[in-house]
Amino acid sequence: MAYPWGMAISDLRMRACRAIPWFAGSLLFAAALLLAGCQRGEPLPFRLTQVTGHMPDLDFNLVNDQGKPATGADYRGKVVLLYFGYTHCPDVCPLTLAHLHVVMQRLGPLADGARILFVSVDPARDTPEVMHAYVNAFDKRAVGLTGKPGDIEALSKRYRSAFSREPDPGDGNYEVSHSSAIYIFDAQGHARLLSTPADSQDDLVHDLHLLLAPGAKP
Amino acid sequence: MMTRRFSALFAAGLIFAGAAQADQAAQVHAEKAWIRVLPASLPAGGYVTLHNTGDTAIALTGATSARYAHVMLHQSTTEGGMGRMSMVEQLAIPAHGSVALAPGGYHLMLMQATKAVNAGETVAVTLDFADGSHLPVDFLARPANAVDAGDTAPAGMDPAMPMDHGGAMPHGH
Repeated sequence: MAYPWGMAISDLRMRACRAIPWFAGSLLFAAALLLAGCQRGEPLPFRLTQVTGHMPDLDFNLVNDQGKPATGADYRGKVVLLYFGYTHCPDVCPLTLAHLHVVMQRLGPLADGARILFVSVDPARDTPEVMHAYVNAFDKRAVGLTGKPGDIEALSKRYRSAFSREPDPGDGNYEVSHSSAIYIFDAQGHARLLSTPADSQDDLVHDLHLLLAPGAKP
Repeated sequence: MMTRRFSALFAAGLIFAGAAQADQAAQVHAEKAWIRVLPASLPAGGYVTLHNTGDTAIALTGATSARYAHVMLHQSTTEGGMGRMSMVEQLAIPAHGSVALAPGGYHLMLMQATKAVNAGETVAVTLDFADGSHLPVDFLARPANAVDAGDTAPAGMDPAMPMDHGGAMPHGH
């Protein structure tokens, strides 16, 4: 594939670099971004919101639902669907996980290349045991992650996902608000797509197909 | 509010004059009642579609069940990418209209099962209405990863529900 922009920008650079180096610098930066985007050939026809290059790679230090330490690197080689929630959420979290289960079923054998990572924003109540029972009630390819509040906050901040806990009224029945987005990472751990509740199941299946089997038709 | 409720009752009383049970519960037809059962003692979501067959607006105020210590009427909302839940005091059902308590919107939050509820079971839930009347409804317990009332529920179901969190808007017809 040719890079016409690369030529134009180097011409520009030769003429302009002495006078306004900052301008040339930003052009070079833009060119680098363009080239990086073109490296894989034609861009994949994703339907969900693309976040490639806008969010950091998958990285965390948490505890999985087997009670063992887990990091982002453990999931390299898998397409990851990252979702923040909590088990005392009777409506939206189970709805999202039930939909993701349907999506995984629709992907057929390809789904083995994907993992749903359900990260608790309520670690005080969500022990690895609770998380294990919870995620397995939805899909066998779902993993529950919990951990120290600071580590969960670090992961949430990394993806600009917000959550808040209301003060505990004393009976342990408090509510948690949380971001409803699903963050999708490719097998190399790069953040690629963002899915919100407004997106259809078809679009999720379509885009996961592209990430899991780029050559095949969704 | 009281005046309005009173006049609604009065109107209902006129229409159903002669009927022994001329109350709000008597003019409700319930369908697609199901509970999403979660593991351990985690709170479960209860869903049902309520049709108001009467000529007056009515309001659902809550529910009780012998199988759960607490049942609350809640609403999930997604605003600015944030999901949250809030308590609902009253859920109005317009005359000849219907309201769906459905995933991602209005729902019953069923807490602390007195005995483990298993998928496939039928759970008796009593719906409470603004005039103090009650409607017993059988809810089908469904697995955690169910997305709707399922094929076994009475009345027609959409086989493939879209991923829509806003499916609980009251609508008349």
